[in-house]
Formats: sequence, structure tokens, C-alpha cells
Amino acid sequence: MVYTLIEENGLCQYYDLTSMPGITAKGLFVSDKFNYLDNIAIQDQLIQFKLADQVHVVFYLPQIHCVSCVWLLEHLHKINTGIIQSTTHFEKKEIKIVYNPSLISLKQVVQLLAFVGYEPVIHLGGNDWLKKKKVNKKQLYKIGIAGFCFSNIMMLSFPEYLSNNAIELGSLRHFFIYINLLLSLPVLLYSARDFFISAYTGLRQKWLNIDAPIALAITVTFSRSVYEILSQTGAGYLDSMSGIVFFMLIGRWFQDKSYDSFAFDRDYNSFFPLGVTVLEEGKEVNKPLSALIKGELVFLRADEMIPADAILLTEGALIDYSFVTGENAPIEVAIGQLVYAGGIQKGRSIQVEVVKPVGQSYITELWNSPVLKNEKNIEKSFVHPWSQYFTIVLLIIAFSSGMYWSLYDTSKILPAVTAVLIVACPCSLLLTVTFTYGNVLRWLGNAKFYCKNAAVIEAIDKIDTIVFDKTGTLTNHEDTHLEYHGMALSETEMIAVKSVTRESLHPLSKMITQFLMLEVSDLTSFQKIENFIGKGTKALCNEYEILIGSISFLKSNGIPCDDSLQGAVVCLAINGELKGCFAVNHAYRDGMDKMVKRLQDKGYHLHLLSGDHPTEKAHLTHLLGKEIPMFFETSPADKLAYIQKLQNQGRKVMMVGDGLNDAGALKKSNVGIAVTDQTHLFTPASDAILEGREIKELHHLIDYAKKAKLIIIYIFILSILYNIIGMYFATSARLSPMVAAILMPISSISIVALSALLSFSFSYKIRPRS
Amino acid sequence: MGVIVILIIVSVLVAGGFLLAFLWSVKTGQMDDDYTPSVRILFEDELIIKKKDIL
Repeated sequence: MVYTLIEENGLCQYYDLTSMPGITAKGLFVSDKFNYLDNIAIQDQLIQFKLADQVHVVFYLPQIHCVSCVWLLEHLHKINTGIIQSTTHFEKKEIKIVYNPSLISLKQVVQLLAFVGYEPVIHLGGNDWLKKKKVNKKQLYKIGIAGFCFSNIMMLSFPEYLSNNAIELGSLRHFFIYINLLLSLPVLLYSARDFFISAYTGLRQKWLNIDAPIALAITVTFSRSVYEILSQTGAGYLDSMSGIVFFMLIGRWFQDKSYDSFAFDRDYNSFFPLGVTVLEEGKEVNKPLSALIKGELVFLRADEMIPADAILLTEGALIDYSFVTGENAPIEVAIGQLVYAGGIQKGRSIQVEVVKPVGQSYITELWNSPVLKNEKNIEKSFVHPWSQYFTIVLLIIAFSSGMYWSLYDTSKILPAVTAVLIVACPCSLLLTVTFTYGNVLRWLGNAKFYCKNAAVIEAIDKIDTIVFDKTGTLTNHEDTHLEYHGMALSETEMIAVKSVTRESLHPLSKMITQFLMLEVSDLTSFQKIENFIGKGTKALCNEYEILIGSISFLKSNGIPCDDSLQGAVVCLAINGELKGCFAVNHAYRDGMDKMVKRLQDKGYHLHLLSGDHPTEKAHLTHLLGKEIPMFFETSPADKLAYIQKLQNQGRKVMMVGDGLNDAGALKKSNVGIAVTDQTHLFTPASDAILEGREIKELHHLIDYAKKAKLIIIYIFILSILYNIIGMYFATSARLSPMVAAILMPISSISIVALSALLSFSFSYKIRPRS
Repeated sequence: MGVIVILIIVSVLVAGGFLLAFLWSVKTGQMDDDYTPSVRILFEDELIIKKKDIL
């Protein structure tokens, strides 16, 4: 059975792996990448529990996506006997590994994981954020206890409802009632605690929140029930009371179910590696990043991240800053120049000297900005004012029915007033809200739009301005292509240029070679070639004198270049004449123009902030329209300031971005959406995470999030109907426990069902089409 | 009718036993992961053929 599953997934090699128990990853996975894991200080940050013969460690493996993953990962002990046990948690995408340190080291465990295709994500912040995500056990205890008490009280109340005094229950009646009273105590004192605490804190801040009328209703219901029981006048409404508490707790739990495998609150610590290779007296030493100090020499291999602002010491640096600044192409850096933390080395191994500690680097300093220190100001939910009106209306009805009965039958004042408060508990409002937001969050998650919590949905509703980042948001990081701007080249010229670029190992040269390969296939020989590292190449090829390289390189060779060519370009001059330039562009995602158009039609103000050079301004204007204000070469601080400026104008801003350079803006905005192509990698702190492919659906997603309010209003109208029926019984002082016991579950269940139905039917535009 | 008293006490105690079982399962983390165990139970243990058996 598992075999077919694995076969279907094309993962048959998993079987080959395990059928050869002699194979170990040792030696097969040749990489120095994980050397830092030999450092004891780093190990201590990762290891949860340690004994002489077993070590417990938890890793985050974002690659987990199917049953075969679980199967393979839980059979690691067959590949390496040093692993005692491995247990996966599918939804959190975690693996807990117990291994024997005398047989296998932590580094080897990680290498083994990487070897089988599950390289763990290990970051400087350690696994702190993993620990935070514990299931809220207290909430489950409360639900369990409320459910137990509710069902037993309900059962023991049946004789009371159904006997209709036809059967003489005698002393049994008291027995049932007192057991009910006993059972309702845990509900009142433990399960319903949060409502009282929340109402109390609200009242202390002179704020009547939604929990205040609920706490009032619970108190009134319980006191009247106790009064009835002690005075032997009735059985009370303990079943209704424990029922509403139970349903409301379930509603809260339903709404709070979060996406376990996502981290919404990462700061820069999560972006940097845990350890670095430092050169001490010519020897490579592994050090935790936190211990890195100014003046140390850091050795960086290809695809490693620069951990702190540093000065470059060796040749061959080609730094990809796309994540830090939003620039498109990797930048070549000359010896002695500054390289910034967060850049990724794309060329060969380099050495750098640290000039600033990690926490004070250019990109990390943004986090020290006072604007970001403040927690996001979460606006109070629109439900709260409603619950205030609700409470006021409720008190007026209770008071007037009391007035009415004082004229006719004073003995009915108290029953009528308390019955009003019991029946009209705003629990239906709370149920509506919690279940609707829970449903909407799930459908949005289904459409690959993962919101942090329900407050985000309400915040989306108020948005009137949307700010986009360019690189990585509107464009796709992984899909780059080269563009040639300038005079057309003849075939012989192309052949010559290609022959020259073919000689260089520079990534841009390689891209140009491939680009020209599509046009011409021949090659020619050249007479002379001169490489200037970090600048360009000068070559003599047949009758052409070719100069290819950066703008400054061409300028220094006496070729006039105009500055409009700034940016991610390689310029080309033939025989002393500027021919044109090659620009590296990330391809725009599909459907951006349509999405932008739709958002504009709906009246949103759109803005574009890019950290990149304005080379593509014309193209963007064409794609997105003229009305959109566009700003280029914006620093992370500029973006933050721009959001703040918009907010000061009274706008509610949604920021859609991806990189570290957007992190400030994402945090400052009313709704920050992090766009990512791989949900596990580099999502800066945000309110919601959106998968890159789905950004073309942004207008639908926003629409749907806005529908949540509509659904709540619809259902609220329904619950008002229930309340009117209940009020009829209550004000006429005829509310029997049985009516209450019937009305309560019917209203609760129909509200939950309607909420699920409406959220489903509104979601048809965002449901993945299969 | 007096037997009902005993029966009800027994029924509440039985139900209480289930409540305790639930609380225990939450406490020991059985509710932490509500997906993976459903997958894990389907894994078959492969037949382990020891080398000496083959020889």
C-alpha cells in the first residue's frame, strides 16, 4: 500500500535506499555546509534533551508534503542505526529525532536529512518559534469539562421537561436538580472563566466588550437557577447555561485554529544562519553567529549568506541582494568594498572581514527603529460596538418588561427581567463571529492565503490603499530572463559577442551566452581577450573590437554612456560605439495586469515601491497603467516612511511584499502580506502569507475576506429572530426551562450551519479549480 | 425507583471516566497532532529477512 503511494509519487528510490541497509549518508553527502553544527554552543541551541546515550532534537522540515515523506522520515533508523527513533508532525512540518550520540553526530543527522532530500531549516533564532506553538491545552480542558457537564445536565433535565408533573418524581426530582447544580459548578468556575476575566478587564478600561453581556447572562442564569432550586420553585436553566458556554468555547477554539507550519512573527534572527565559518590563524573554525565580533574573518562558500556588514578581502564576490534591497541582478563587488548583511554570495568562496556586529548591520538596524518597536495597533472589532448596542437594548427591554409587570403582577417582575437576560444572551453573536471567521480563514487558507488570525480579516475590510513591492512580489524570483535593449546586432556581431562571453565564467556572461545561443549557433575565434575582474572584458574578434561590462568599465574606455542605462545591466560596445545593454529581469507573474485593473476598478489606491533601479519603469507603466505612483531605488527605511506617510493621510494601507527590505513596511502597514514562492523560506514578519502563484487572485481574496462581515450581518439578523421569539416568552414571564433548552441548541446549531454554508457558497471564486 | 439513584451515580461516574481519559489524552499530547497518526497506522512493517536465513 505504501509502495503504491510512493510509486505514484515517483519516489521509488526511497525503497532502494532502505533495501540497502549498509548505506549511510556519511561520505556520500559531501558538503561543508553543516560544519557549524560541530560547535557545542550551536548544538545546545538546537538540542532539546540530552542523555549519555540519547539526544532529542526537533527540526523544521518544510519539504514534508505527503505520506511518503512521513514514511521515509520515520524509517531513518533503517538507514542509520545511530538514529533511535524519528517522529514527524505533519501539520507543523517538524521531525523529532532521537539519536545515539556515540554512533552519529548532530551534523551527520542533519547531513542524512539533507541527503534524503529534507534539509532542515536552521536559523539564528534557534527553534524558539517552534516552542511557542504549543496546542492550547487549557482551552481543550475547558471544552472537555464544559461538554461533559453540559451533556450530563441535559440528560438529567429530561425527566423535568417531559414528566409535566404527570409522574410523581418525588425525592428523585431533588436528586436530579442537585446533581445538576453540582455539575454546573465546574462550568461556571472553570470553563467560563475567560468570559468573566475578559469582561472584567474590559470594564476596568471603561469598555463594554462582547464578553460583558455574556458574563452578565451567565451570572443571571446561574443565580436565578440557584434561587429556584433552593426555594424549590423550579429546576433552573443550568442546562442552557452550560450549553452556551460549551458552544462558545468551541467557537473560539474553531476560530483560533492556526496554521502550525507558518511563522508570522519572524524577525531578522530567522533569516541568518545559525553558525559561520571564521578563519582564525589560517584555520577554519565554526562559531555561532551571535559570537561573531568586529574584525573577524569570515569564510563564505557559494550560496551562503553574509552574516554581518563586512569588507570584502578576496576576489570573486558576486552578491545577490535581491532579498535585501529588491535589486534584480547579482552585484559584483571589488576587493575592499563593503558587503552588506543579508546578501547571498553567488560566485565562488570568499573571505570577508566583519566591520559591524550582526545586530547593527544595515538591514538589522531597521528592527531597532522605534516605529517597529510598538505593537501593531489592532482596532477594536466592529462586533464590539454592536454588542454595546445589544446590551443597551437588552437592558431597556428588561427594564420595560419589569415596569410593565410592576403595574399588573408584581410577583412576575423578577422572573420576567431575569428571563430576558437569560434568553437574549449575545452568545449567538459571539458564535456567529467566531464560526464565520474560522470558516473564512479556512477557505482563504485553502486558496493559499494564510492569515495570522481573525483580526486580519477585519483589517482587510477597512483597507483603501494597497502598496506593492516589485522584485519577488510582482516578479518571480526563480524565473529570470535576459533582455537586450539597444541597436540590433548583426549575425556576425552576435557570433563574436557570444564567442567572447563564452570564455568567462561570470554568471551574467553565461546568461548572455545562453541568450545569444537562441539566435546564433556558430562560434568564431578571437585574436585577443583581456578580462578585468569585476569590470568587464575587452576582446578583439575578427574585425570587431568588443567591450562588454559595467557602465563604468565602458566609460573608462572612453565610450559615452548615458545614465538611463543604470541598473542591472551589462553594456556592450563594438568598435568604440555603444550598441546596447543586457538587462536581467525577473519575469512578471501572470495576471498582474488583470489583478491591478480589478483592484483599481474596486476603488483601491495602488502604489508601487521598488528597491530596484528604474530601468523597467516604462514596462511597468505599460503593464500596470499610468495612474499608479511608482517609486524606485527606495531603501527599507523609505518604504517604511512611505507607509507611515499614507497612514498619516488617514489611509488604511495594505503592503504586499516579500523581502527583508519590505519587512519594515509590512510591519508598519495595517495589513502586511508576505508573498513567497516557498512558504517555508524567508517570510518576514507579516499578518498574512500569500503564495506567489496566487497573487493574481488577490482581488478575489480581498473580496472574500470582506464578505465575512456580510455573512456575520446576515446571521445576526437570523439570531435577532430567535431573540424575538425568546423575548416573547421572556417578557410574558413564561420562559420555562424547556423552552430555553430547546431554543438554545436550535439557535446555536442553525447559526453554525448557516455560517458554514454561507462561507462555502461565497468562496466559489477562490476555490482551487480541480 | 431508588435504584435510579444508584444507576445515575454510576452513569455519571462512567462518563467522568471518559472525561478523565480525555483530559489525560490532552495532557500527554495526544491531541497535539491530529493528522500524522492517521497516516502512520497505515505503514506496514516490512518483513525483516535476516541474512543468515538467506544463507
